[in-house]
Amino acid sequence: MNSRRLAAADGGAAGQDVSQLSLAVYSSEPTLRTPAGLLERMGLDLLDARELGWRLFVRDLSAQYRQSLLGVSWALLPPILIGLVFIVLHSRNVLRLAPTAIPYPVFALVGSLYWQIFVDALNAPLKAVSGARSILTRVQFPREALILSALYSVLFAALLKGLVLVSVLVFFGMPLQPGLLLAPLAIAALIVLGLGIGLALTPLGLLYTDVSSALVVVVQIWFFATPVVYPAPESWPLSLVATLNPVSPLLTAARDLTTLGGISSPLSLIVASGLACAALLAAWIFYRVALPITIERLSA
Amino acid sequence: MSEPLIRANEVGKKFCRDLKRSLRYGLTDLVSEAIGARRQSSALRPGEFWALQDICFELRRGESLGLIGPNGAGKTTLLRMLNGLIRPDTGRIEVRGRMQALIALGAGFNPILTGRENVYINGAVLGIPKREIDRRFDEIVDFSGVEEFIDAPVQSYSSGMAVRLGFAVAIHMDPDILLVDEVLAVGDLSFRARCSRKLGELKERGVPWILVSHDMGTIRNQTNRVMVLEHGRCSYIGPPDEAISLYRVAASRPAHSSAADSGRNGDDPIETREARITDVRLLNGCGEECAAFRTGDPLRVEVRFETDAAIESAAFGIAFYSGDGDCLTGANTAIDGLEIEKLAGTGSAWFEIGHIPFLPGIYRVRIDLHDRHMGVIDSRVDAAILRVEGGRFVAGLFSTEHRWRVE
Repeated sequence: MNSRRLAAADGGAAGQDVSQLSLAVYSSEPTLRTPAGLLERMGLDLLDARELGWRLFVRDLSAQYRQSLLGVSWALLPPILIGLVFIVLHSRNVLRLAPTAIPYPVFALVGSLYWQIFVDALNAPLKAVSGARSILTRVQFPREALILSALYSVLFAALLKGLVLVSVLVFFGMPLQPGLLLAPLAIAALIVLGLGIGLALTPLGLLYTDVSSALVVVVQIWFFATPVVYPAPESWPLSLVATLNPVSPLLTAARDLTTLGGISSPLSLIVASGLACAALLAAWIFYRVALPITIERLSA
Repeated sequence: MSEPLIRANEVGKKFCRDLKRSLRYGLTDLVSEAIGARRQSSALRPGEFWALQDICFELRRGESLGLIGPNGAGKTTLLRMLNGLIRPDTGRIEVRGRMQALIALGAGFNPILTGRENVYINGAVLGIPKREIDRRFDEIVDFSGVEEFIDAPVQSYSSGMAVRLGFAVAIHMDPDILLVDEVLAVGDLSFRARCSRKLGELKERGVPWILVSHDMGTIRNQTNRVMVLEHGRCSYIGPPDEAISLYRVAASRPAHSSAADSGRNGDDPIETREARITDVRLLNGCGEECAAFRTGDPLRVEVRFETDAAIESAAFGIAFYSGDGDCLTGANTAIDGLEIEKLAGTGSAWFEIGHIPFLPGIYRVRIDLHDRHMGVIDSRVDAAILRVEGGRFVAGLFSTEHRWRVE
């Protein structure tokens, strides 16, 4: 796959010796049987995919906003509205929550903005790949481009949310801590985790629509199983929410860094980040290996 | 001879007609692929069939291979495997160099964006760097012939215009190998002429291509070897004329009758016929049965018959059909003024032509036996297959008996 992109674009290789041309072999041999070659091709294709990934992102973005009145605000409205709902519920004492170290409105708004970043990352790969169905079944291009375009769209939305976030902090008179500069790292881990899970589900999601339907439900439940709008419970068994759920330490750390400038448990953040990176790599390999099989079923 | 750019060896691909089952097989394949297990891919699972089987060929520089066959014969599947979009279930494909498939023209086109934006996106999808498109942008737009609309959204284009733009981008990528799937047929006449010129340029540079088309004229002009696919198998690979004729014969054969069917017409059971055509042979000038003739050769068609009772004022008819089923020429004893007073017992009739006017190809010979009212006693539609191979040079549709004189 990479080969065609490595050759110079003009002149072709008509005069060149045939044996010097790059060789591609297609057979039914499982790709995982040659892991070294697989990883090398993945790396090359990722490099190859940069321009296409960017173009696809720009295409989707410009097409999206050309056909929309509210434009970029769609990236901001859902988390802000959810945050507001909980702020209202909390202020009317409908919710009984443990006290938070920072004013609850800030806690809820920052939490739901970060949660939305995770959800964006979770949904992005399947969305990008489903949207590319028609080119996937007909054109050979580095499939990594779709992951990159998904990543870019998540980053773009995250950037917008970051602006809202800073306004929230300023509005509520929160001190801007130096730890705030470390928050992007935790957010990056959150995105990596979301992409990893989303990517792992993508080949299956292309085959069966059940995956995207289930994802909606799971995200809703997951929202309540994560300390987004409430502080992490400390007593067993509810504390499982914080220990078993990989999103919890990442989201909590990101919020703590943003608002308090420090984190309580660096270890769990490191473990969760490592886990997220491992998940993304594994998901990438799976995506890479599984996609040709899925594509065949899409068009068969 | 140079190394082949494409080498396909016993390539096979199976598909499943039932969507639910197909998806389930996809799931199991996914799991076995994910754990790196070897799949039992050479055996059919319930509901599966071979969309392609035992395809072997090589493609070298300067060659051009045509793929013809009925819809669903596996032509596009083969192209998609060559392009690496789907993997073969059996066999092995080796491809050297950069392959460009003119299959999905305008891939990645977004209807809302302008033609200009889409050229860049399409180029990126096809692997052409931006600076390369910058450099050749005018050439691409010029080739596509949509200059006036280049800044209008693609959704305002006619379907032909969109495809032309896509083709223009794709063809400007200077591939080592080209796969073309039924795209030359779109676009208006001037665009087709431009495409042919462009293909000619590529041919001069020795870029080989594989062309799928249902337009036999295109196949004949643009390829030097043709593979006929039928039900996923390669039924013939060889010179275009031969392949096209074979395909036409196969295509015009009624679906229910097999190749071995003699093509007997009429609903009457044979027993009630008073006479039968028992054998039809094609003989050459020396009276020997011959498998292949050359344009301009003499031809003698021998028709053997048997009768149960004497038939008075019978007549024989003969007709030659092209593979497409067009009647090219025919003759009849009654119309030619030959009176056959009586047919009795067994006997033979001969039809002779001094020189075969047909160009290389496969022709079907039909023989009829009529009674005095021109009613059909017996009729054999595919009584014989006349195979004409290259003879003397002729141009056009048929050869004529001729002489030159220069004074």
